[in-house]
Amino acid sequence: MTILEDRPTNPAAGGHDRPIGHGRMQRKEDPRFVRGKGHYVDDIVLPGMLHGAILRAPVAHARLVSIDTTEALAHPKVLAVITGADLQALGLAWAPTLSMDVQAVLVTDKVRFQGQEVAFVVAEDRYAARDALELIQVEYDVLPPVVDARKAMDPGAPVIRDDLAGRTDNHIFDWEAGDKAETDAVFASADVVVSQEIVYPRVHPAPMETCGAVADFDPIDGRLTLYETTQAPHAHRTLFAMVSGIPEHKIRVVSPDIGGGFGNKVGIYPGYILAVVGSIVTGKPVKWVEDRSENLMSTSFARDYIMQGEIAATKDGKILALRTNVLADHGAFNATAQPTKYPAGFFHIFTGSYDLAAAHCTVTGVYTNKAPGGVAYACSFRVTEAVYLVERMVDILARKLDMDPAELRLKNFIKPEQFPYANKTGWEYDSGDYEPTMRLSMKMAGYDELRREQKEKRARGELMGIGISFFTETVGAGPRKDMDILGLGMADGAELRIHPTGKAVVRISVQSQGQGHETTFAQIVAEEIGIPPEDIDVVHGDTDQTPFGLGTYGSRSTPVSGAAVALVARKVREKARFIAAAMLETRPEDLEWEKGRWFVKGDPSVGKTIAEIAMGAHGTVALPEGIEGNLDAEVTYDPPNLTFPFGAYICVVDVDPGTGHVKVRRFIAVDDCGTRINPMIIEGQIHGGLTDGVGMALMEFIEFDAEGNCLGGSFMDYLIPTAMEVPDWETGFTVTPSPHHPIGAKGIGESATVGSPPAVVNAVVDALAPFGVVHMDMPCTPARVWEAMQGRTRPPV
Amino acid sequence: MQIPAPFDYVRASSVDNALALLDRHGAESRVVAGGHSLLPMMKLRLARPDWLIDINDLYELDYLLVDGPVLRIGAMARHTTLLESDDIKRLFPIITDAERVIADPIVRNRGTIGGSLCQADPAEDLSTVCHVLEAVAVVRGPAGERMLSMADFHRGPYETAVAQNELLIEVRMPIRASSGSAYEKVERRVGDWAVAAAGASVTLGSDGTISHVAVGLTAVGLDRTVTEVEAVLVGQAPTEALFVEAGRLASLACDPLADQRGPIDYKRHLADELTRRVLRAACRRAAASVSEITI
Ligand SMILES: Cc1cc2nc3c(=O)[nH]c(=O)nc-3n(C[C@H](O)[C@H](O)[C@H](O)COP(=O)(O)OP(=O)(O)OC[C@H]3O[C@@H](n4cnc5c(N)ncnc54)[C@H](O)[C@@H]3O)c2cc1C
Repeated sequence: MTILEDRPTNPAAGGHDRPIGHGRMQRKEDPRFVRGKGHYVDDIVLPGMLHGAILRAPVAHARLVSIDTTEALAHPKVLAVITGADLQALGLAWAPTLSMDVQAVLVTDKVRFQGQEVAFVVAEDRYAARDALELIQVEYDVLPPVVDARKAMDPGAPVIRDDLAGRTDNHIFDWEAGDKAETDAVFASADVVVSQEIVYPRVHPAPMETCGAVADFDPIDGRLTLYETTQAPHAHRTLFAMVSGIPEHKIRVVSPDIGGGFGNKVGIYPGYILAVVGSIVTGKPVKWVEDRSENLMSTSFARDYIMQGEIAATKDGKILALRTNVLADHGAFNATAQPTKYPAGFFHIFTGSYDLAAAHCTVTGVYTNKAPGGVAYACSFRVTEAVYLVERMVDILARKLDMDPAELRLKNFIKPEQFPYANKTGWEYDSGDYEPTMRLSMKMAGYDELRREQKEKRARGELMGIGISFFTETVGAGPRKDMDILGLGMADGAELRIHPTGKAVVRISVQSQGQGHETTFAQIVAEEIGIPPEDIDVVHGDTDQTPFGLGTYGSRSTPVSGAAVALVARKVREKARFIAAAMLETRPEDLEWEKGRWFVKGDPSVGKTIAEIAMGAHGTVALPEGIEGNLDAEVTYDPPNLTFPFGAYICVVDVDPGTGHVKVRRFIAVDDCGTRINPMIIEGQIHGGLTDGVGMALMEFIEFDAEGNCLGGSFMDYLIPTAMEVPDWETGFTVTPSPHHPIGAKGIGESATVGSPPAVVNAVVDALAPFGVVHMDMPCTPARVWEAMQGRTRPPV
Repeated sequence: MQIPAPFDYVRASSVDNALALLDRHGAESRVVAGGHSLLPMMKLRLARPDWLIDINDLYELDYLLVDGPVLRIGAMARHTTLLESDDIKRLFPIITDAERVIADPIVRNRGTIGGSLCQADPAEDLSTVCHVLEAVAVVRGPAGERMLSMADFHRGPYETAVAQNELLIEVRMPIRASSGSAYEKVERRVGDWAVAAAGASVTLGSDGTISHVAVGLTAVGLDRTVTEVEAVLVGQAPTEALFVEAGRLASLACDPLADQRGPIDYKRHLADELTRRVLRAACRRAAASVSEITI
């Protein structure tokens, strides 16, 4: 059978690359980065600045018996040692999390995970601060830990959160989506049902720059300036105001250059709060920057989902329904970052790219004695777990039906005419045309040829695998009618000013961690206003300089803030029309726009450029009624819906039959993120995400031993991939614009991280088919692959 | 930034000066060569020397020369020097094989053979290589120089015969005609320490039978060569059946621990699999070198 065939591509895509605002231009921020002139939190030095260090718990679960800080305080360079008891006196020992729980800033009663914050030392330099940690004497009464989420709900399991009134177990929440009865009915009458436990192990975003802060509290005017590694400066300011009692207008949060976020820098960590307390206590600025082990052991991890998946189909391969029960390990505090009403994020997009008759999922969250977190690492609020589940289940079904996995997918895609598509768990997919994307990836891969090669190799005992993943992302959170974080709507603001000489500044509420905002957002304005991107300054990351908005995560910057920027530019353009009309002594409706200029209909030689209009606005032109003398505007954008980028990925692996070592030979990625702004930046985002995916599939894993010791606390143990583990990426694209986004863009930040792990794992499992392997959990390390070949696949947790 | 405990630092200007400094600063002083083992341990505060004696100015220990029947490698020769040496590629391809998979270029540019052997990490690759090549370690101290076989030098995990006031000066490898050698390692990621590795050196007699052989294993709990293999292979013509038997013996001789890199039976399997692979490659190279090397 030949699955590969040519089919006309989507006419909306046009088969051509129509990038926005100068397209593939080089990044405006790069001259400073490539010259080593980026300016990160750790580069900030303030006069009189002190340094903080955190003493962390050596065990996972223990009652705190006593802390003796005498010796540390006697260190000649130590100015303060802050303990949980000190914070308790200030009412600051516990802070609210982004999931309506509380988290200890410093331990007062009990240690709940290894690496938890126990005391904070402030000293003249960071060396003294670190040395003084060893001078603090702490006595612990060690308790049995809960390490395995499967045992968290056992009767008799130690109760981790005895700080919460009335708590008698480790249960956090139960949540469900879809119609259970309808789904069960479809399953009951289906020809074929396959089930599989699928574990998405705990991983960590591990940004190159660890988390840190410089807090500068001015005791005279009560003003706090906080330099922080944060992806969401405005949300942080509001939360700091709510927790600390410092009025919001007296707080300035600055997020300078950020060395990678991936969701690791969304939450508020105890270290940030401690830097603030340290500054208040000493009256001096205090810097705190964590080290690599602190970052890996205590900050927001990702995933840790144990999923029981079931898929129902007819015997000729029509997929009918999906259901799953998930056990979610949230660690010691429920501190995941997602919209309030979705405790499992957007996991209920697990129906994927397929037209199903029914779907149902339940998610149960539990506490364990591990670091808190769960939503991070470019996961699009758990779409990562959802896509992994459905794309593995579809492959397992294909095996059961003895169908080609590409053919099975093609047969079950939501059809282009079904969009906007309402799925069975409450989402409305904005737009999609899946088949051309799938076919393009197969064509680029030479899919039929690869299958032929695989067949020949199998006959010779060689292990080659081909893995497919077709994902639909859910990004751009989100409409205020549907979601909020701690009561804050997920909107973003933008302000645009055209200076009298026609240069511009656009101020945005999202914060780049490497995504290239200073370029992309200038390009959007350039496209709308018709001035070059070089003439547009993009200001971000400082709450005193930018409008309110919720920040950068969940691939929301282009879908939300990008829309705000396009709309604010259009507002300025409209205003320019009125001013131009006044300057040309004509009526606004008699003017026509071409990029950068309003001109008189029918007489193109008579017109005014944006620069001339800006000078006119600020000059002496007699302005029409109701028009003020500037060329500025602002908007706050509330997205009407989420956006649904998608893509088709094909991975080819070779497995060494003697050692179990997996080599990723090829990776083909065809992405559809709607309208493409800067294709080079898009490709960069995809390359990074694919590398993440190979890392998760093959090596990344935060493991714990039975005592709750974190075994992934350094880069010797927590492996992240290098250029040597990844092939030359083969990228392609289709363009299916979002119908509700002003320029049709959907967002690309996390597509590849979301979509690639199942492609790699599907390829490994495909390679191991001769051994009867139907599923293996990540990470596919040589040892685990070899065990799978021995018929001993085992979950990582 | 991980911060070590406080320490003092001094740069040695010669071997004698380094020995004098070790003597002066006593038990809590350590030399630092490439620093790629010592400094990470200091940052984790697992090592806390009071004094660091930097021997990176001792260029007199950074050499590599073929001296009659031996290859002499100075203790300060960097991994990169070994990796890029044509003499080594020709005489001891096992070293080239190993260096290719030791860490990454950044570590290899600084890390030294002396530091590697003195660190004696059980997953360290050059110790196995030196065992297989029957290298001799030259150690100098206040009382002069000593020559140690690897069996005497290497006392177990993280333990060597080098006393606190001594320095490893040189490593000597006997050059044998009609020989071939190879090393292969399984790692979870490029630059990672071995899950397991094996090295072999084979010398062929004029009749094409194996006249001398040594097989060593890394990271599987064996601090010596797999002596059992030698008895079986010497005097035999190399065949796949013999390699299979050698692999079986290697997997029995080792004593691995289960850890994040893998369970015990997998590591035993690798001892077997990799022993077969390196013997195959070493025999192939020995056969090819029969006509090439003359000393
Ligand atoms: C990320 C990473 C990955 C690595 N991967 C591998 C790997 O895969 N395989 C592998 O084999 N190694 C690996 N290493 C270790 C690397 O090879 C080190 O360089 C080596 O182990 C030590 O050499 P050094 O010169 O850096 O020694 P140092 O760290 O300077 O010293 C190590 C010890 O030896 C002592 N010492 C050094 N020189 C002498 C001397 N001449 N006489 C007496 N004592 C001396 C020191 O006092 C110290 O105790 C890795 C290291 C890193 C950082």
